[in-house]
Amino acid sequence: MAGQEQQQPTSRDSQVDEDIPEAPPAPPEAQASASTEGVDDLLDEIDGVLESNAEEFVRAFVQKGGQ
Amino acid sequence: MTAAPEPAAGGSLPVGGAMRVMGAETEYGIHAPSAPSANATMMSARVVQAYAQVTRQRAAGGAETRWDYTDEEPLHDARGWTVDRTSAHPSQLTDQPPVLDAEAVALAYGREELELDGQDESGTLLMNMVLGNGARLYVDHAHPEYSSPEVTNPRDAVKWDAAGDLVALATVRRLAADPDLPPVNLYKNNTDNKSVSYGSHENYLMPRSVPFGDIVRGLTPFFISRQVLCGSGRVGIGQDASTPGYQISQRADFFEAEVGLETTIRRPIINTRDEPHATADKYRRLHVIIGDANLSQVSNYLKFGTTALVLSLIEAGLAPKIEVYEPVSALQTVSHDTSLTATLRLLDGRRVTALDLQWMYHEAAAKLAQDTGVGDAVEGDGHTHEVLERWATVLTQLDNDRAAAASSVEWLAKLSLLDGYRERDGLEWSDARLGLVDLQWADIRPEKGLYYRFLARNRMQRILADEAIATAVSEPPADTRAFFRGRCISSFGKDVVGASWDSVIFDVPGYGRLQRVPTREPLRGTKALTGALFERYREAGPFLAELLGHTAPPAA
Repeated sequence: MAGQEQQQPTSRDSQVDEDIPEAPPAPPEAQASASTEGVDDLLDEIDGVLESNAEEFVRAFVQKGGQ
Repeated sequence: MTAAPEPAAGGSLPVGGAMRVMGAETEYGIHAPSAPSANATMMSARVVQAYAQVTRQRAAGGAETRWDYTDEEPLHDARGWTVDRTSAHPSQLTDQPPVLDAEAVALAYGREELELDGQDESGTLLMNMVLGNGARLYVDHAHPEYSSPEVTNPRDAVKWDAAGDLVALATVRRLAADPDLPPVNLYKNNTDNKSVSYGSHENYLMPRSVPFGDIVRGLTPFFISRQVLCGSGRVGIGQDASTPGYQISQRADFFEAEVGLETTIRRPIINTRDEPHATADKYRRLHVIIGDANLSQVSNYLKFGTTALVLSLIEAGLAPKIEVYEPVSALQTVSHDTSLTATLRLLDGRRVTALDLQWMYHEAAAKLAQDTGVGDAVEGDGHTHEVLERWATVLTQLDNDRAAAASSVEWLAKLSLLDGYRERDGLEWSDARLGLVDLQWADIRPEKGLYYRFLARNRMQRILADEAIATAVSEPPADTRAFFRGRCISSFGKDVVGASWDSVIFDVPGYGRLQRVPTREPLRGTKALTGALFERYREAGPFLAELLGHTAPPAA
């Protein structure tokens, strides 16, 4: 277990200098609404954000019990 | 140790509406994709440790403080008895410091692992912090948990809960920047979809004079139905998600009892844990464990606001007289019915939908707010009117304009995204990609979390400006004892050796013993009462001298 924990990840997030938490980025266009924005456009964006290898990622998300 | 008197007298809140002392607790799902077998308790301790490093840089003198367990009473049951420690489930013994000492760590992970991790002077990993905003960040079982400071209204509840997500984000960034540790992801959700659930709890202060039976009767039909407003949505049916599908609530399938003390096993709709964390003969702290963690600000606002209104109804003896047949199965029926048309049987023979139930509560709450005056748009308490308006708006939208409701109701927003994938790619509910969308919805990183992608596109409504939430990361609420706690930490952190919801303990040079300042009245210790005192002193000694000198000198 210890060995695995010390593995270097192949990639990690880049911008990590910031210690003070930042609020989520401001919206690009203030009044864009769900109706005027294409669902296709939204899905294209989400495609680029989703973790790769969905099956493995979801399977590996195992939690211990909580309240 | 010397007990000092209360800092000063406090006021009270308007009765009959949405204002009351309340707070949120969020247990985050924790996962290190590059080290999937890493121990969750250890990783959670690293999260707390990471925030200690962040705040040490921000606040001179350090902003970390140990938790004072003196007044924790997890086995006190609101029904009037105390569970014998030996018959309690180990997870119920939350009054013992969950310290991972060096030996335990070494046994579990080996000596090398131990050397990798930061430890404090006494040789233990930091598992507990009190923050400058009055919150508590700690390791609860196998999850990092952020407990918000006490606030007086639903808007502030959303604000300081969302601030916790920024605290969590700061720890994720910090760990990602550490080349010696695997990056950790945190998720604001309630299940791993493999039969495990973890909670996001709400706490509401109530007068102890309200009979607990009234609380159970008044709240149960409300809790069965309020998920239509504040469920977060879940891919999969059943505790292990083995039945494909989508349901309204993350938590509903994990509830197995109507009333009980447990929070980790046989979870009850109404939890009876009775730790007031305040003057015990005056108050009870109602511990609500049935809610989903919310990222949606409107869902979170309605969760706290409508529940506070219903508690006011119960206190006034005016809750709707409704009894739902078989509450646990009714809870799950509502969660599994995204069409919102399923009917529940009442004991009087009527059949009603979840929306019907919500309207009954709304009608009663609106009438009480009108009769007491707190619901007036101009002359009211400043909160009740807005809660009632938003509640009615969302209930109406859920009935006739679901697309509009999806900008505020979390389970509908998530469903709109899942439906998009199902239609574009022809995915079945069992497809792993839909499971990933469900999970990643709750990733607290704005660039990865799908909720945050929706927020950035204005597909989700804001209740609060981003700047207001960012400020609440370091600023305590002004109108509760959290102000005193938070300011003690940020101003005199190096002299504070412990703190809890109802005390702050100082170890100040010149005093022979520890000085424990009790804060048992939640509406004392406010900015109005203690702000000037903090302004006057830069050192804890003189500060404490004036504080204690308000009445009598410390007892010998």
